[in-house]
Amino acid sequence: MTKITFIQPDGESQTVEAENGLTVMEAAKLNDIAGIEAECGGACACATCHVYVDEAWRDKTGKAADMEEDMLDFAFDVREGSRLCCQIKITDALDGLVVRVPAKQF
Amino acid sequence: MIETTPAALEVSDISEASETSGPIETDAVVIGAGPCGLFAVFELGLLDIKAHVIDILDRPGGQCAELYPEKPIYDVPALPVVTGQELTDRLMEQIKPFGPQFHFSERIDGLVREADGRFRLTTDAGTEFLAKVVVVAAGGGSFTPKRPPLNGIEEYEGKSVFYSVRKIESMRGHDIVIVGGGDSALDWTLNLAPVAKSLTLIHRRDEFRAAPHSVEKMRKLVEEATVRLMIGQVTGLEGANGQLTAVDVKTASGTERIACSAMLPFFGLTMKLGPVANWGLNLHENLVPVDTERFETSEHGIFAIGDINTYPGKLKLILSGFHEGALMAQAAHKIVYPDKKLLFQYTTSSSSLQKKLGVK
Repeated sequence: MTKITFIQPDGESQTVEAENGLTVMEAAKLNDIAGIEAECGGACACATCHVYVDEAWRDKTGKAADMEEDMLDFAFDVREGSRLCCQIKITDALDGLVVRVPAKQF
Repeated sequence: MIETTPAALEVSDISEASETSGPIETDAVVIGAGPCGLFAVFELGLLDIKAHVIDILDRPGGQCAELYPEKPIYDVPALPVVTGQELTDRLMEQIKPFGPQFHFSERIDGLVREADGRFRLTTDAGTEFLAKVVVVAAGGGSFTPKRPPLNGIEEYEGKSVFYSVRKIESMRGHDIVIVGGGDSALDWTLNLAPVAKSLTLIHRRDEFRAAPHSVEKMRKLVEEATVRLMIGQVTGLEGANGQLTAVDVKTASGTERIACSAMLPFFGLTMKLGPVANWGLNLHENLVPVDTERFETSEHGIFAIGDINTYPGKLKLILSGFHEGALMAQAAHKIVYPDKKLLFQYTTSSSSLQKKLGVK
């Protein structure tokens, strides 16, 4: 199991354990993490699972692919480290991953 | 995500002309042209129930067309893999024999029962229907433009913030801000630049999803200084009484305030339950509860199938919606043809069904 920490805009943090192979979005939904809507169910088609990957983890999660980058155009307040978490697959390398939930999804 | 293009918006301009003629009388109105709505036409058609289909998008397919036209679907029986677009195309072919009439780029706003028991439905473009049964196959609701989560934006909507433009002339002389990087944003930039007093296109990055030739044209206008291109994100609105006077834009070098009198944000579409909530149906967490024998709502004669309904054990699967459509049609038959006994038949062996399908 891999540990992932979600930090809410008010600073509240929740650490969940998730199986490798799931996406960070799926881990969030399975654990009822507030602020991750994932309206399209993980198809990279809606930009409502937007998160900010903590700076220390950006090398490990990698950058958004072209399609994801296009979809990020539909997200609000996109920053350095912005990702759609349905596109981040959980592996051992991400054990301890920290992501921040934005104040608003669209 | 495919955006509503200006061309699509103009379609609804034309359909407004239908306002002058009387209501369209039909057996059934199917609300939503997604896979479940389309297959409902088939099941109704086998039972001689004619249908008009209304959808807010400018083409059939619903979520399959709008959210994942190219994504493979693996759980449609007998089709090991099919894309959203292929599934839509196949359903359109399958229902062709029943000659459904489509009304695209329209949304059913009003639904009331008439004294004779039929339903009167009205679209946002003024088209009216009188139907014996209504099938709500509205999926996640109607696709509506995404509202940027900016404080107080509601106050400006329809007055100085617009998600679509019906008439280019209405924008003449305005200081316009267009936000977005897809086809809608670019097309409207090109269309409105000639009438605007000033036009600023704001996008979060210097890369655009829009058609390359539109991007090229936009770059040219920027070069000529007809259009200003800003790389940044709108973070705040300034104005009073619905009249926008400026927007705050966060750029790499800080926040800049851009004076403007109109803003057009294009952030794609999202699903909202919309008018379904106003039709007097019982709702449960934005879904329509139905029974699992008839898939009828709390209102006799109004059925709900597909993602929009709920019942114990409900699964939001296309295949479940198909099943729901088949049972719904049996119940609808009792309303449309109260005196006719319905004989259960198979398409493999019934010559009358095959005749309807045009294969005999």
